[in-house]
Amino acid sequence: MAKITLDGVRHSYPAPRGAEQVWALEEVSQIWEDGGAYALLGPSGCGKTTLLNIISGLLRPTEGRVLFDSEDMTDTATATRQIAQVFQFPVVYDTMTVFDNLAFPLKNRGVTINEITPRVNEIAQMLDLTDSLQQRAAGLTADGKQKISLGRGLVRSDVNAIMFDEPLTVIDPHLKWQLRSKLKQLHQQVGTTMIYVTHDQTEALTFADKVVVMYEGKVVQVGTPQELFETPRHTFVGHFIGSPGMNVLPCESDDDRPHCLGVALGLMEKKLGQEGVLEVGVRPEFVFFDSVGIPVSILKVDDLGRYQVAEVEAHGQRLKMIVPESEVIPSENPCISFDLDRTQLYRNGWLVDSEELS
Amino acid sequence: MNKLSNQRAWWLVVPVVILVAFNALIPLMTVVNYSVQETFGNNQFFWHGVGWFEQVLKSERFHASLLRQLAFTAMILLIEVPLGIAVALCMPRKGPWVSVCLVLMALPLLIPWNVVGAMWNIFALPDIGLLGKMINSLGIDYNFTQQPVAAWATTVLMDVWHWTSLVVLLTYAGLCSIPDAYYQAARIDGASGWAVFRFIQLPKLNRVLTIAILLRFMDSFMIYTEPFVLTGGGPGNTTTFLSIDLVKIALGQFDLGPAAAMSLIYFMVVLLVCWIFYTAMMRNEGQS
Repeated sequence: MAKITLDGVRHSYPAPRGAEQVWALEEVSQIWEDGGAYALLGPSGCGKTTLLNIISGLLRPTEGRVLFDSEDMTDTATATRQIAQVFQFPVVYDTMTVFDNLAFPLKNRGVTINEITPRVNEIAQMLDLTDSLQQRAAGLTADGKQKISLGRGLVRSDVNAIMFDEPLTVIDPHLKWQLRSKLKQLHQQVGTTMIYVTHDQTEALTFADKVVVMYEGKVVQVGTPQELFETPRHTFVGHFIGSPGMNVLPCESDDDRPHCLGVALGLMEKKLGQEGVLEVGVRPEFVFFDSVGIPVSILKVDDLGRYQVAEVEAHGQRLKMIVPESEVIPSENPCISFDLDRTQLYRNGWLVDSEELS
Repeated sequence: MNKLSNQRAWWLVVPVVILVAFNALIPLMTVVNYSVQETFGNNQFFWHGVGWFEQVLKSERFHASLLRQLAFTAMILLIEVPLGIAVALCMPRKGPWVSVCLVLMALPLLIPWNVVGAMWNIFALPDIGLLGKMINSLGIDYNFTQQPVAAWATTVLMDVWHWTSLVVLLTYAGLCSIPDAYYQAARIDGASGWAVFRFIQLPKLNRVLTIAILLRFMDSFMIYTEPFVLTGGGPGNTTTFLSIDLVKIALGQFDLGPAAAMSLIYFMVVLLVCWIFYTAMMRNEGQS
């Protein structure tokens, strides 16, 4: 068990001759506290798997260091790092029984059979695999195989972290929920650091205490699910988290005041001397129909059962808003207003901090 | 309901029937026809029942060539399969050398059988051939035209040279299709190189190896041209494999009946082995 620190880690895969070097991972410094449940969230190709493979040692970072507690592990081999990893597609050793699969990492480390048997039985019990221990692993269903992959990680009592690389991709929807709660439960039981890579926000938000959002090779925000929802640090986080995502509207700043959709945003009346493209972000949850406000035309209303999603247009900008199921969509001269406390200002995509403003 | 009876669609099957008839049925039935008849020339044939089959099955000559054939096939399989796997494991998986290796590997497969036979014949000649002369200059008495052991060794070596590539290419394709995650999981589990081979690569190669062994079995069991050109079946009868023997009986001695019966038995053996392989393959499929 250890705190894992990434110190200025960058990585680029060998580029084909003549091609420019592309950073799959641009400068990441991140501390993973011991015993934390982290989710690594981001779209495909944003560097999530690269980051994971750097921690487990399957890849050596082009630059930077990987520390376990205070020990530099950058050049340490995977097998000695005591990291477990569960992959997107279940990896089982086909010819072995479930028992042998679970015992494999221990056998390779020279543990005696007298110690292996109780440990494997214990893990099998945790994962509800006891009944199939003597079965051939190849005959199990996808979720059973994925449990074996997970079990091979858990069976070693000395792992520093267990990492999941989109582990539920091939699992049936109704089993996903089960496995996810199982993971959460296991985390509470064993207390090992878990890092869960996914591009599914529901998965990330239900599993993790802390969510790390990545975008184009960078960590754009680290925070609790609530922080990500309420104060996205980057417009990408706003888009990516929430369904539908945050409305991002262009914003002008004429007389030192940000103007959006023809309305001056009073609360953000601050010095805006710096250059850059300004945008305003507001979540669909915080846009309301009002008796006065910005006149809009309604383009579309989707009834999703628990609530309605209305798409409206004002000043040539489209935005989405969530309307409670009970509320009637106004039919004549509809107007909207925002909850200004929950409206964010962005410069070049990044959140303008209040300190920076004052 | 007035259902129109229309059987004209059967005409669509005619091309296939004709093709199969000329391709397989008619030639095969000619052989079957010969195998149950006796002739004394003059194109007159008499019913002989299963007499030829009995004769062939009891003949020591047939036993000997069948045994030689089985020994040869077993020998080349025992060499080519492990060697092919070993070479495939050593081949690079990435980079510019991949295509170079693949082309070099494929080269022997592109050479016609009789050319391979002729090449090795000259190559192994004890007085002028590069190989033969070299072995002799090492102090080993080697003459494949006179020594049975040398003849066998040369024939086996020639087949290994010609066909190991097939096993290599099939195995290589199988190895390339193993997802990286398996190797990564093995590294995380601390598996040794041998364990990776035994528990990941070999099980994943299972299917492709079955096909490789089946192909090599069939080809080597029916081998004719290469040993015919290299040794002509000699010295004596020592490298007279089944097909060489068959041609000797059919065309050399013109014993149509025994030759036809032998062909059918030969055919049945190949068919039987293919069936066994097919069943084994299907059973494996069902398990995974």
